[in-house]
Amino acid sequence: MFERLDEPSGARVVFHFEGEVVSAFAGETIAAALLAQGVVAHRDTVVSGRPRAPYCMIGVCFDCLVEIDGVANRQACRVRVRDGMRVRRQAGAPDPLADRAP
Amino acid sequence: MSAAPDLAVVGAGPAGLAAATLAAEFGLATVLYDEQPSPGGRIYHDVERNAEVAPDLFGEDYRRGVGLVRAFRRSGAVYAPGVSVWDAAAQGGLGVLRDGAAEIVAARRVLIAVGSLERPVPIPGWTLPGVMALGAAQTLLKASRLRPRSPPVIAGCGPLVFLVAHQLARAGAAPRTVLLCAARGNRVRALRHLAGAVLSVGELWKGYRWMRALAAMGVALVPGACDLRALGEDRLEAIAFTDRAGRARRIETDLLLLHEGVVPNDRLARAAGCAQTWDEAQQCWRTAVDGWGATSVEGIAVAGDCAGIGGARAAEHQGRLAALDAACRLGAIDRATRDGRARAERAALRRHLRLRPFLDALFRPADEILAPRDDDTIVCRCEEVSAGEIRRVVALGCAGPNQAKAFTRCGMGPCQGALCEATVAAIVAGARGVTVASVGRFTARPPAKPITLGEIAGLEITP
Amino acid sequence: MTTMREAEVAIVGGGLVGAAIGYGLARSGARVLVLDGDERAPCASRGNFGLVWVQGKGEGCPAYARWTLLSADLWHGFARELEDATGIAVGYSRPGGVVLALSEVELAGERAILERIRREAGDEGSADFEILDRPALVEMLPGLGPEVVGGTYSPADGHANPLFLLRALRAGIAAHGGRCRGGRRVAAIEARDGGFRVVAREETVFAERIVLAAGLGTGALAGRLGVEVPLAPQHGQLLVTERVHPLFDIPTDAVRQTREGSFLIGYSHNDFGFDTAARPAIMRNIARRAVRLFPFLGELRVVRSWGALRVLTPDGLPIYQESARHPGAFVATCHSGVTLAAAHALRLAPWIAGGALPDGLDAFAAGRFDVRKAG
Repeated sequence: MFERLDEPSGARVVFHFEGEVVSAFAGETIAAALLAQGVVAHRDTVVSGRPRAPYCMIGVCFDCLVEIDGVANRQACRVRVRDGMRVRRQAGAPDPLADRAP
Repeated sequence: MSAAPDLAVVGAGPAGLAAATLAAEFGLATVLYDEQPSPGGRIYHDVERNAEVAPDLFGEDYRRGVGLVRAFRRSGAVYAPGVSVWDAAAQGGLGVLRDGAAEIVAARRVLIAVGSLERPVPIPGWTLPGVMALGAAQTLLKASRLRPRSPPVIAGCGPLVFLVAHQLARAGAAPRTVLLCAARGNRVRALRHLAGAVLSVGELWKGYRWMRALAAMGVALVPGACDLRALGEDRLEAIAFTDRAGRARRIETDLLLLHEGVVPNDRLARAAGCAQTWDEAQQCWRTAVDGWGATSVEGIAVAGDCAGIGGARAAEHQGRLAALDAACRLGAIDRATRDGRARAERAALRRHLRLRPFLDALFRPADEILAPRDDDTIVCRCEEVSAGEIRRVVALGCAGPNQAKAFTRCGMGPCQGALCEATVAAIVAGARGVTVASVGRFTARPPAKPITLGEIAGLEITP
Repeated sequence: MTTMREAEVAIVGGGLVGAAIGYGLARSGARVLVLDGDERAPCASRGNFGLVWVQGKGEGCPAYARWTLLSADLWHGFARELEDATGIAVGYSRPGGVVLALSEVELAGERAILERIRREAGDEGSADFEILDRPALVEMLPGLGPEVVGGTYSPADGHANPLFLLRALRAGIAAHGGRCRGGRRVAAIEARDGGFRVVAREETVFAERIVLAAGLGTGALAGRLGVEVPLAPQHGQLLVTERVHPLFDIPTDAVRQTREGSFLIGYSHNDFGFDTAARPAIMRNIARRAVRLFPFLGELRVVRSWGALRVLTPDGLPIYQESARHPGAFVATCHSGVTLAAAHALRLAPWIAGGALPDGLDAFAAGRFDVRKAG
């Protein structure tokens, strides 16, 4: 849905989404990086399992919730990318007692 | 964050920047709390960086933000970025969160200047991936330099529709179609305010130029569109609408950008208990204030769009008026000085607000946007509650949004009603045959921003 | 424009107490009209933790222990009947409940209360209970914190969704031909022509019998009918977390996970008059205890805090009273509207319809507060 205007000047950052490598730039939010990568849906809803993508991009709608390094319910539009982050699509409600990634 | 500041400003948009700058000038110990890492708020997002990198991308208005930020940086006010403000209480106790540490900061006065939110646009299918708020596309452009891959459809009404369409076009991503969904009769209603419009002819001309430029680029402008629906299975595939002539139309697209104006972001002010009034012209609630922005809660003032939609230029002057009042109440200046300096600010404020009544009337959202007719339309995105569900519980005796919330869970999700409260209230009022103002709002409580139980457990309360 | 209506029974107050009584009457065939106030009223029914709780209730008053146990034992059938009538599942389950202790002193204190209730109300009239040590609790409650030393468990305890319960009761009233009308604050009541004339906003109702179940608003109305109902608000605050995967169904008195997956965390007791605002210091205290009980809660986001006003009599026990001066006018108030909902619908409502007062309920007469009568 979205593409980069130009080659950003910041440092390159590499993180993972659902096991795939995502190339991004320092200072970007995870939501922006995923949209630039062509990811359509970030999560499935808690109530009915329907797919959702970011709607507002300003931290108000909470539709961009993803799991980052084992911690769920993080707003992708509020968190900036860092090298090595492991981001996963959030399906339904997260399990706080599940084994955490180190 | 050290000793208790004289003035704590929340929000680094034009109102907050102007207020903090002036307050510091009067010698008040001022701290400006900002969620973002750099000042400018949303309208002047990251303006310091963008002004160097891409000065032409966003227009002359944007560049004004550079001046505001530079003055703020020179002012001596403390800038506290990356801070989330989750509560405000009487006598200036501010709940802040930074890097996982929560604290109640005792400021002598608080100025809330957190700006506006886009009004939700609950059309059938609006929860599909590929349907976004128009502001989201603007944020992606400003903050991440991303543009739509293929020409999007923009739908709605309000000045931002033309501004963003123009910004996208300049970035090489002109929309293919702009559906103008203003309610029937808006133009007639707006004529009553023509005097104010004529005096602000410069602003009107700007809007007109944007429209002409878009048409020249081949962007289709479709007035009188209604019955808008987003279609698709797991993502947006097409949109359908009825045009002015009553014909059913369909446009294939993977990106729909919706906008029906902005409303005050008043969650923090409400969590603090500030009294509200209903603004019939803007069809939204606003915090009740006196001429200086002071609210019904001792020690708390509001300024800028979060107090009532007036635009970025008006916000600067409201910010300065609030700073003048704070300086006077805290003894830094006397009344005569305050009132003297205020005169110019008030005159400028009046000028910048002159066009408002005309714009409010011209861009009033259609009733079907405020209260969707189709019962299957999702109203609460978080809990997936439909318009029909709300109507069913009204029949069981729910008199207002709080009771509807209790029965359906609408408004209980993480967004805490930011995207559904207005719609729920309008549906309840419509079903009961009473005014929206009379049914009230969700009770707002802290936290106004996300905070964990552990962070609350570790809360530091400085007396 | 005032509408004139008639009903067999008019119920003032559509919260958990009024709606349960209304449902009980409607299911027996009475023509019921419930008048609920507007959104400005401090509605205790919307601030309920959701426990259907027996253990620890009725210390010093065996009649209350028995009434509570009776209601809890009726709850299962009551919930089924409501779901059959309305299609609304109120999320009731009775896996037992636990009061957790963070020290031996706390545990001893809880145990003493339960043993006293058993002595006073007898085996038949009080909840069974067990003292559980840590290992037993860890099995029941995954994620239990290391500071928990033990707890008291009762198989009689359970929980339900109080908001769905209220919705189901209202829908149940409608299903049996009754009506619930919101935005109808009652301004005046007078006894007339063998019945009562109830003047509400936009409506005047003539009813043969009336029930005053208006929470903190009951006192003013009851006084005019010769029943003194001393009620005071007690502030309680709760925190609600985001939804997570279901971890355990067993409710504890301070932390429970709802069906939807959020954790409700309470509770506090303070006297702030009629102010329901949340207070950060109280939020912090509630959060601290919760994180000691279940450390994993620390990472969950608090989505919302609630403040609500419990409706408390001086001794914390219910008031069920028919007016002596105006027979046919009833008062019903309590602060455990969820637990007692079944008893209100299935045992109290028949009394209001003209039947006998259930056993033991004379302990809840309003006159017990009249010092002139004491001694």
